[in-house]
This record gives sequence, C-alpha cells and structure tokens, in this order.
Amino acid sequence: MTDVGSLVFVVELTILVLAAFLGFEVISKVPTMLHTPLMSGTNFIHGIVIVGAILVLGEADDTYLKTIGFIAMVLATANVVGGWFVTDRMLEMFKRRPEPGEREPKK
Amino acid sequence: MISDPDVIGLLYLVAIVCFILALRFLSSPKHARRGNWLGGVGMIIAIATTLLREGIGNWALIVIGAAIGAAVGLVGARKVKMTAMPQMVALFNGVGGGAAALVALAEFHTSGGDLVWDSALSTVLSALIGSISFAGSLVAFAKLQELVSGRPIVFPGQNIVNIVVLAAAVVIGIAIVGGLESQWAIDVLVVLALIFGVMFVLPIGGADMPVVISMLNAFTGLAASATGFVLHSTVLIVAGMLVGASGTLLTLLMAKAMNRSVANVLFGAFGQVQAGAGQARADDGRTVRATTADDVAVQLSFARKVIIVPGYGMAVAQAQHDVRQLADLLEEKGVDVKYAIHPVAGRMPGHMNVLLAEANVPYTQLFEMDEINPEFPQTDVALVIGANDVTNPAARSDQSSPIYGMPILDVDKAASIVVMKRSMNPGFAGIDNELYLDPKTTMLFGDAKESVLKLIGAVKAM
Repeated sequence: MTDVGSLVFVVELTILVLAAFLGFEVISKVPTMLHTPLMSGTNFIHGIVIVGAILVLGEADDTYLKTIGFIAMVLATANVVGGWFVTDRMLEMFKRRPEPGEREPKK
Repeated sequence: MISDPDVIGLLYLVAIVCFILALRFLSSPKHARRGNWLGGVGMIIAIATTLLREGIGNWALIVIGAAIGAAVGLVGARKVKMTAMPQMVALFNGVGGGAAALVALAEFHTSGGDLVWDSALSTVLSALIGSISFAGSLVAFAKLQELVSGRPIVFPGQNIVNIVVLAAAVVIGIAIVGGLESQWAIDVLVVLALIFGVMFVLPIGGADMPVVISMLNAFTGLAASATGFVLHSTVLIVAGMLVGASGTLLTLLMAKAMNRSVANVLFGAFGQVQAGAGQARADDGRTVRATTADDVAVQLSFARKVIIVPGYGMAVAQAQHDVRQLADLLEEKGVDVKYAIHPVAGRMPGHMNVLLAEANVPYTQLFEMDEINPEFPQTDVALVIGANDVTNPAARSDQSSPIYGMPILDVDKAASIVVMKRSMNPGFAGIDNELYLDPKTTMLFGDAKESVLKLIGAVKAM
C-alpha cells in the first residue's frame, strides 16, 4: 500500500461496479406498469448531485465558483424537489380496483 | 458541525440504504409510494449531512439558490399534467445533468487544473456526460412540448458531423487527463458536448422518445456518479450508478420492444427512409370504411368482451378520463372490458399506465402485451384509441416494412376492430397501417376526446 491515492480510486471503482450490479437486480424487479414512476423516481435520486452543488457553493471563494455553484444549486434543488413531488403525485394514483362498497360515488 | 469523516461516511451510507430500499419498494404499486417517502428521507439525510460539514459557508447564496430551485421544482411538479410527464422527466434529467457538469467545472477550477489522472478522468467524464445530458434533454423537452417539430430533423452527413464533434470532445478530454491544465480546454470540451447533445437528439423522431428519455436518464445518473469520484463521495457514486443502471435497463427494454438496436434508434433517423413503402397496397381495391359513433355504441353495448388499446393519440387529446367513463358504462351493461398496453405506447416507458391510473382505472384491468395477445381471438371489439404502429400487422408479415419484427398487439385477431383516429395520416413511423384496410375494421375519425364523448352519449341513450 504505497500509493494510497490510487487505492482510493480502486475502492471507489469497486463500489461503482457493485452498485451497477445491485441496480440491475433491483430495477429488473420493477413491473412495466411502474416504469414511468421509476423514471421520475430515479430522476429524483440523481438529484443527489445537490451534495456536490452544496460542497462547491459552500466552499466557493471567488466569483467564478460562486456563480457556478449557485447555478448548480438552483438546478439540483429543482431536480430534487420537483422529482420527488412528481413521483409522489404519480404513485398516489396507482390504486387497486375499489371494493364494491367503497366505489366512488357517481353523478 | 460534523468534522469526523467517518461519521459523514456513515450518514451517507444510511442515505444510500434509503435509496436502494426506495427502488426495491417500486416492485409493487402497493408500497411504491412508501418507497418514495423513504427515498425522500435518504435525500434529507444526505443534504443535512453535507450542510453540516466543516468549512461550508456562503449560507445566503445556498439558501437563495435552494429557495429558487425548490419553488421552480414544486410549481412544475404540481402544475404538470400527466400527459406532459415525458417532458417533465426530460427536463429534470437535463437540470440534473447540468448540475453535475457545473460541479465538475468548479472542481477543475478549484484545482487549477492540477489534477491527478484519476480525478482528471472523473472530472472530464462528469463534464462531458453531464453536458450531453443537459443539452440533449432540453432538445427532447422542446420536441415533446412541440416547441420544435417532433419529426426527425435530418441533414446529409449528420452522423459524420456528430461523430467528429464527439471525437473532438473525447480528444480534448484525453488531453486533459494527460496533463493539459488550461481552463479553455475544459470550456471547449463542455461546448462540444453541448453541441453533440443537441445534434444527437434532433434527428430522433417522436415515437423513439421512450428510448431517448431512458438513455438521457442513464446519462445523468452516470454523470452524477462521475461527480462522486471527483468529490470522493460514496453517496454520489452509488446513487448515480443506481440511476445509470435503471436508465440503461429501460433503454434496452424499450429498444427490444421495438425490435431495434439502440444504435438503430439513435442513428437511423426513422421515418425518413421509406417514402414509397406501403403505398402500393393502398391501390389494391380495398378501402377504408368510416363509421359513426352511434354504430360503434351499438357494437360495444352488445359485445361480451371489449379490449381498449390506448396510444399517444389518447394522451394528446387528454381523453383518458372519458375513456374510463366509457369503460365503466360498458361494464355496467355487463361487458368485459380490458386495456391492452404496448410497452412503447406513448412517449416514455409506462406512459399509458400513468395516464389510466390518473383516470382511476384500477391497474388490475391493465394488461401487458404478452398477457393480452392470446385474448384477442375471443374478443368481440378491439377499440383502438390513438394507437397506430403498435397495432400494424405489417410488423408480423411484411418483411419490407421498417417495423417488421416489432412485437405488436394482435388487434387484427379480434372479431371486429374500431379505430379512433384524427385522420388518415400515418403514425410517427410514417408508414401505412394495413389494419385500416382490413374488412373487419371500421374507422371513427375525429379527436379522440370528442369521439369518446360522443360514444358515451350514444351508449347512454341506448
């Protein structure tokens, strides 16, 4: 373990590959009818770049970094908040056939 | 204030577990919503942990930026119609990719370009993929929102131009990894990636959007993952890769559902090639028979079994609620009503399911292609509402057809077929549908919503 820098890289690469296999496993169990919520749900999850945006903006010490970080912050927050609410709205709609008694009132 | 990197890492691990469970819960509509809540908890933990890290300042900017972003996201999420969901997903893909690219740019700037090769590689990949995803998603959004034509936009030598642009970006990327430390290099890289993003989505037609959107989704995930390498953040690496895996899987599924390779979808510029194909058949004496709502109402009311085949036309006309009302009326008359959902019906994976769920159609009434196809021979009426290419029997029989080999719904095997269509214009694939010339088929022309409303009236009057 002479070169710690590249060891970190290899460990991170390992995590990446394992996450890829895990992702394929988990996603392949999602039924076709939920593919749109899956897309918007994963949309929400890639909003995790907000962590990067906070780090950049929070540690920014010149105008260039502040500008870039600020834009990234706006985009990432829109991604997180919008992605989550859209997914929630969609999933709320998926219902089973209501029981005869609880059928919604007509007219 | 959290200064211990182990504590930070552990909190991020909790967030990771939340994200994985969120996706796991999506395996059934019963607890899918709970899964999304769990994902939300994970995100809050990740954000809170990051905010509490040592050395975070510029609070005013963070709060203002978050407030603007949250307001935009919230209003967008609340206001968007379910029919416009593909655009919305495209847009969120874009902003996520843009944010990833910006973070990479900032890290490059902070380091003064003086990066170890592995950090340089991650930075380049994040900037490259993020920028492509950003520009490509905005074009996809513009196409779906019909700000620009949904038809393929092509010019001679397009693929060559695209390859040259991408190759130039890659060469600069390699130079940066190899030690080129100038700011202009990464700027040029981003500009080239943006150009490529625009150029590669422009020639892709509306019907191929499910593939493109899935792929942009994967790109943004991968960009986020690359950003994770730049920042040495496990939560970014894992969460980004989960999205990358999901998008990749969906891309492959969609391409398979159209029996085309991903490369063919991306570079084929579908719908331009076969100007003459299918024309000859229209001249063989068979004609299209138009019908009226009253006739269809009689047909439907006295049927034992009806299968509804929704397509993009239903989405455009926003007819899903009326379709469901019609189905309810028929069920009250004792008709067995089912819905047949083709995997690429609509403009994104699962598009029809969401629209019908919005109209309160229980998901137990929706059937996938493989489940429902054996039922068409016992079906009295197949009611096709704004679907076209996914019902074209030419996909089974005509080797010269561009959609030959694509799995379709066997609508033509039903005892009778009613096609609701705006006009005789061919579908997005730009080919004639032989189904319309079938002697068992009648056409009900008009806007899907108006036609369905007329049908409801006629069925009620009986």
